[in-house]
This record gives sequence, C-alpha cells and structure tokens, in this order.
Amino acid sequence: MARYGMAIDTTKCVGCMDCVVACKTENNVPEGLNRDWIQTIVNGEFPNLTMEIRSERCNHCTNAPCVSCCPTGASHYHDGGIVLVHHDLCTGCKACVASCPYDARFINPEGYADKCTFCVHRVEEGKDPACVSVCPTYCMTLGDLDDPNSEISKLVKSKNNHTNLPEAGTIPNIYYLIGDNND
Amino acid sequence: MNSISRRRFLKIGAATAGVAATAGALSKFTKQGVKISSNIPEKGIYTIPTYCDLCFWKCNAIATVRDGKLWKIEGNPIDPMSKGRLCPRGTGGVGSYYDPDRLLKPLMRKNNRGEEKWVEVTWDEAFTFIADKMNKIKSEYGPEAVALFSHGIGGNFFKHLLKAYGSPNLAAPSFAQCRGPRDAGFRLTFGEDVGSPERTDIENSKFLVLIGSHLGENMHNTQVQEFATAIERGTKILVVDPRHSVAASKADWWFPIKPGTDIALILAWLNVIVNEELYDKDYIGKYAIGLDKLKQAVANNTPEWAYPITGIKAEVIRETAREMARYKPAALIHPGRHVTWYGDDSQRSRAIAILNALMGSWGRKGGFFSPVSLDIGAYPYPEYPHSEKGKVDNPDNKYPFAHETITTGIREATISGKPYPIKGWFVYATNLMFTLPNEEETIKAIQNLDLMVVVETLPSEITGWADVVLPEATYLERYDDLNVEFFKEPFVAIRQPVLEPAYETKPGWWMAKKLGEKLGLENYFPWKNIEEFLDTRLKTGGYSLEQIKKVGLIKGERQPIYFDEGVTPEFPTPSGKIELYSEQLAAYGFDPVPRYRKHEEPPTGYYRLLFGRSPVHSFGRTQSNPILFDMMKENEVWLNKFVADKLDLKSGDYVVLVNHDGVRSNRVMVKATERIRQDCVYIVHGFGHTSKGFVRSRGLGASDNQLVTKYKIDPIMGGTAQHLNFVSIEREA
Ligand code: SF4
Ligand code: SF4
Ligand code: SF4
Repeated sequence: MARYGMAIDTTKCVGCMDCVVACKTENNVPEGLNRDWIQTIVNGEFPNLTMEIRSERCNHCTNAPCVSCCPTGASHYHDGGIVLVHHDLCTGCKACVASCPYDARFINPEGYADKCTFCVHRVEEGKDPACVSVCPTYCMTLGDLDDPNSEISKLVKSKNNHTNLPEAGTIPNIYYLIGDNND
Repeated sequence: MNSISRRRFLKIGAATAGVAATAGALSKFTKQGVKISSNIPEKGIYTIPTYCDLCFWKCNAIATVRDGKLWKIEGNPIDPMSKGRLCPRGTGGVGSYYDPDRLLKPLMRKNNRGEEKWVEVTWDEAFTFIADKMNKIKSEYGPEAVALFSHGIGGNFFKHLLKAYGSPNLAAPSFAQCRGPRDAGFRLTFGEDVGSPERTDIENSKFLVLIGSHLGENMHNTQVQEFATAIERGTKILVVDPRHSVAASKADWWFPIKPGTDIALILAWLNVIVNEELYDKDYIGKYAIGLDKLKQAVANNTPEWAYPITGIKAEVIRETAREMARYKPAALIHPGRHVTWYGDDSQRSRAIAILNALMGSWGRKGGFFSPVSLDIGAYPYPEYPHSEKGKVDNPDNKYPFAHETITTGIREATISGKPYPIKGWFVYATNLMFTLPNEEETIKAIQNLDLMVVVETLPSEITGWADVVLPEATYLERYDDLNVEFFKEPFVAIRQPVLEPAYETKPGWWMAKKLGEKLGLENYFPWKNIEEFLDTRLKTGGYSLEQIKKVGLIKGERQPIYFDEGVTPEFPTPSGKIELYSEQLAAYGFDPVPRYRKHEEPPTGYYRLLFGRSPVHSFGRTQSNPILFDMMKENEVWLNKFVADKLDLKSGDYVVLVNHDGVRSNRVMVKATERIRQDCVYIVHGFGHTSKGFVRSRGLGASDNQLVTKYKIDPIMGGTAQHLNFVSIEREA
C-alpha cells in the first residue's frame, strides 16, 4: 500500500507562490482562500541571517486528528493515505478545522470543509499535483514514502529534513529538505 | 509644485451615464460566464497554445478551457523559455481575462484632461476623431510631432502605424527607465547587448554574482529556473544587496552593501584580479585590449580603499575575488535589469562587463552564451517615409551612447517644444504615470498635447489623461505578432486567441489597421486579416500558420552557443576587441575605465527609498487581477528592526512616506525586519493605484514612483536614475 508524501526542498524554494496560484486555478479555490501558503522564517540579526522559505499545505497526516474527530465520517483516509473530505457527508461543523494543528482547513463557501487533496484527481491520472508541476524551482516531489526506491524516499534519506510540529503526534507526511546529509 | 494634479484621483468609466451601462455590462461579463470562440465546444476540455503577456519574457503557454470557461494556463512543455512551467503571474493569467476592472468600450474625454469624464463612443467615432487630429498635426507640425510610447510585443502594429505615418519618435520605458545603462555598458565593452531575455547561462555557472538583482522575487522565469538548478548543482553564489533578498538567503556570501557604492566594490575586485593576475590570460590576450590601462586606472582601488566606502571588509573582497577567478570562465557576474539607480549606471554596468571580460565569461559555458534564432522574415511592407527632422529625444547627440529612443527625451521635447514640438502621444500598454520619474513633468507635457490616445486593457493611471481610450482585448483574446526569440534554442511562437474578445474590446492589430485605413495608409496594411499577415511571415521560414497553431511554437535545429562549440568570437566594437579601456568613452570626455564617485547620502531622519519586484505582480499591471490580488494586496515598507523600534513602529502599523520635496505617499504597512540596512527602506513597485477604475486595488499600498521626484540622467545614454530619493516616515494620522 502506498503512502503518499511530499518532499519540499527549502534550499531551492524562492517563495514565489506559483504553487498557490496553480492550486487556485486547478481546484477553483474561492477568492480570499488558499489551500497552500508560504511560510518564511528568519533567524538571526542583521547582517547574520538565515532564512527558510517553505510551501505549506495539509500534511496528510498518518495519525490525522481531523479524521478521528469528524462526527460524520466525511473526513477520511483515501487510498495511499491521502486525507480527503466527502463533500456530501460534511455538515460544515468545523470540528476538523479546530483539530488541525496546522491550520490547513477552511470551510468552503459552499458549506463543506476544504483543504489540499494532493490533487488526487491528477495523481490518479499519473500526473503530479498542480503545485508540484508548476513550481519553477522544481523543489517539490510527490511520491510513495513506503517505496524505498521512490524519488521521495531517496530524497528524505539523503538530505537533512524536518516535518512541521512533529510533537503534535500527527505523523505528518510532508518533509522539508534543508540541505545535504553528509553522514 | 502642483500637488493637486498629483493627488487627483483618476476615474475611468466610473463617471456619467456610462457608469450604469458599463457596470451592467461588467457584471454580465463576470457572472454570466463568457463568450468563447466559435470553434470551442460548450462542453468538455479544450486546450489552445499561445504565449504569455504578463511580462516581456513571453513564455509559451497552454490555456485550458473547460465547459466553455477558461480554466487554467500552464507552460508549454516543449518551450525552451518556460520548460512547461510558468511563473506565478503567468499561471494567474486567467485573472487578466476575468479582471472585473477591465476596459470594455472605447471612451472619449468629455471635460478637461485628467478630469476623467467620459462618453462612450463607437470604434468608428474614436478612429475618425484620432485620424482628424493626426492629419491636422501632420499638416501643421509634420508627422514627427506624434510620438509613440509602448511596451511589449503588442506594440509592434502601432510602431508600424506610426512609422508609416512618418514619425521616428517611438520609445519604450524599458530603455531609459530600466535596462538601457546595462546595454550601453556591455555594448561599449563587448560591442553587443546582453539582450532580453538575457543571454546569461546561469544553470551552468559555477560562481554567480548578483548585484541588486533579486532573482526569485523578480520572476524572469527561465532565469529563476536556472537559478534553482545552480543552487542544486552547488554553484557558489554571491549576492550584493542592501536587503537580504530571497537570493541572498540562498547565497554563500551576502554583501549588505551601502547603497550607491557598488562601483567601488567592483573596482576593488578588478584591482585584485588584475594585480594578482587572476584573469583568463589566454582569453584576454586573444580578445581584449586595454589591460595595462585598466591596471593603471584601478591601481589605487584596493580592497582596503573600498572597505570604508562600501562597508565590505577588505579581506572578504580579496577572498571573493580569488574565489570568483577560481571558477572562471564559468564565473557569471549577472548584468541585472532595472539598473537605473544613481546616474552613473552605465559605468557600473561597464565595470560589471569588464569583470566578466576578465573572467572570460562572454561566449563561454556558464557565462554568456551566444543567442540563436530562426530566420523568419518581416512582412514585405512598402518603405517607410523618411523623416527630414530625425528623432526628437536626443538633440545634438547629447547622450552619445543612447542606441534607443529616450522616453524622457520625448517628454522633455513635449514640454519645451525643442528641438521641435511634439503634439500627439500614443501610449500602448505602458502606464507612464508609474514608469517615468517625476509625475509632475509628465502631466506638464500632456497639457501641451493636441492628441493623447491610450491603448490599454485596464484603466491604468495614464488612461485617465487620455483624450481617447481604446480598450484592447487581452492576450488571451487576440493574435499578436510572432515571437521570433533569440535564446539558447531557436524558435518562433504564436499568440492566438483562446476566447473571443469580451464586449467591444479589440485586438491591437485591428485598431492599427483600421486607423491606418482612415489615415490613407492602406498600402501599409495590405493584409486582409492577421492570419494572412502571420502566415506570410511564417512562410518566409518555411512554416505555416496552420502548423504552428496546433503546437504553439516551432523549434529549429540546436546550434552552437558557446565559443568552445564553434561560435566565432566577434566583438563589434571599433577595435574589434573587448575594450577594457574605452577610447569611445574617452573621446566624449567620459571615464574610459569606470571610477567611483560619491553619491549624496540621506540626511538625518531620512532613508533612501529603494524599490524592486514581487514574484506575483508585473509592474503596476496586475494588482487588480483577482487571482494575483489574492496573493499580494498591498506592498509593505521594509524598515530595519532597530530603526522601527526607534520610531516606535512595529510590523503591521501603517505609515506615510514623505519625500524631500514634501510629497506624501498613500498609507503603507510597516514590515520591521532584520533583512535590510538601517539607512534605506524598500517597497515593491506597482502599488498605490489612484485610478478610480481600479475598484479593488485603488489606494492599497504606496507608489514608489510618486515619491521619485528627483532623478539624475545618465550622461552616457540618457537613462533616468531613480534611487536618489529620500523619505522620512510618519505614523499614519
Ligand atoms: S512554486 Fe515552488 S518556488 Fe514557488 S513558492 Fe511554491 S514551492 Fe516555492
Ligand atoms: S494537516 Fe491538518 S487537515 Fe491535514 S491531515 Fe493533518 S490534521 Fe488533517
Ligand atoms: S516570466 Fe511569467 S509573466 Fe513573464 S512571460 Fe513567463 S510566465 Fe508570463
């Protein structure tokens, strides 16, 4: 069974938001709302600075509180561990919005919980998600984390990386690459 | 100084009886879906290749229409420019079609210029009015008295119209307000420009220097892609910028240089490279002249000399000079773009060119490749009339190395009437109120005109000063001229309509042809329609319209692009060699080798105003695009954290910037950050719209251009330097 995840190389990401724009057109995300976003973290004092820029979205957590808290079963694990919402089952109660430690969900004006789907409609056609396929720095990779020979597994193994808020116990599947792993 | 005109709010299409009609039309346009081209089915998915118009890079794109609605625009995978990936603006191009602020009908001025009272007219009425005025101007002052300002490939048909009419005064702000100094600096050194798109081979560079060029924030798509490749390949990166740009955060060295001192840094590098003989000896020996004179000229410019000027430590300058040389000839010192900063910009660009020459990077892999293109002929037009008077913008060859027309020179002549009067302006797709420095002078010039025509898709600020506004269809709704690109691979690309023009908007080619016919210039428009024009041009290269329509672009054979691959090294300078020492400049009394000269510094309480780009906006053209608006609604003023604390300001507070001439900006949000020096502030260009036609973006953020009242002219090529303005910061009242 595949376990889909994404590796995002922060050493290449320039924070251009192309991923956000592409997601908006691909998925018809309503005005004023986004399924992905850019986080920029600056450390140090002028002129000794470091900066990490990363594109964030739903982590498609292996242990997803948004799924376990959903009273209607709308939030669920799809094949490959992709976390999705059945629009017709969702009542818009916002339990999942509150439970997600990453603030990845919002209520679509049409009344259901909405968020990144890993562009499952594209992935099932063998394509990359819109954000991945548009990124001008080629910094994102989607793939099967359970397959040791997949591009993503190799990247996660060969590069230093981190996930967001691992302490939340959600087991996120988005890995941020932060440079070569020389050991 | 007349502050009323400066602050006047422009309103387009939002006044008089036209409002109701326009507003009604608009909501119908945005809510009830769109008219699609007759060849596209109402159901299902349909793709059409075209090329992007969100900036001048002209990436090839594929637009997808789903169930009769424009869905998305993606890169064309066979395109050498985009490699199948557009930049955020190109991806957001969908929004330029659905922009609710679009101009939809021809408008004519009712009251005084700039008051923005309009009446809607028919295309024929508009053309009759314009043609009458143009005929009158021609008989009173000659055809030279009508000038064209244009930006982008869409201007081609208007250039043709004005040339046929008899005017030589055709200018683009991209020269005097942007890249001109760089082109002059490189021409004087290598005999050739770096071109647009630039011939930089970033992906293969091993040592990349960016001086004030914030790649990634300025989205020159191919360059950003190559920059990412360079990062991946471990290219050494050195960024010189008063601001910790995105590129700086990826760099091995960041030099937070004191603004206005870049030449001193480059001279110090040259000093080390020449004295330690780190240059490419073989290359310099074969191709360059003037090394001894260069050595003499930079003898005193030691890193120790440069340190107190630039704030960059001597040992770091020395170390990086050696490091750079270690990677030659794949050491690329990027020539930049928008280089009009301090008035000695051609000399700074020349210093950069000389440094590249010493690295042997011109014509070499990882440096500057030799661009190639396909052999596509021009349309066989009759010869244009010859102008006795010549161009108006550069009288007495005052700026001897201006190889293109100077917009600000035309503006000057329009104000002074010298060397001869300019009475008509055609403005195509360039918001002169945002591009030319000193708004006041632009307004003064406009007040001397008998005719002012603006061709635009959006109610930009310049549109508010027009007599006649001609609403153009967006790039998604029209054919344009072919893009015969000069790049790494030769190709020709087509822009073709994805959708039918909305409401009464029309393509530029149609306007030019109709107007040409009204002016009795029909023999210059012998083609029946644009398809015939394009097909004729394509046939000269052995291609056809039918063939290119399906694929979007046709590529030629790969050809050599480096000297090592067989490109013949040619340097079309007077000496036929790379000129490290420029006799040409000396002959006109300029420094034959660049010298550092001190620039004025901000007085206490003032900060130098720097401006740059955001990846999600193109100039001031995209702020109303609903998708891109969502990405960035307003700009922020970057203020060093220490300075912000001193002024008791924090991120999110609103302030007003007040320049040394008392000009006040719109309110703008503070970004208190460690990422900028204490002596300057930074904003992204293109915000602070004042046109009432911009329902969404009006009043959001500050316009740098409004604050640029002071400018210096580059004596070598006439460029207007705009980083000379100082601002103080007032908390918003
Ligand atoms: S498109 Fe790529 S480079 Fe741009 S912000 Fe997204 S991840 Fe970063
Ligand atoms: S990131 Fe949030 S929305 Fe996504 S799976 Fe985890 S908890 Fe659920
Ligand atoms: S760089 Fe971006 S805006 Fe410019 S042509 Fe390419 S995709 Fe369009």
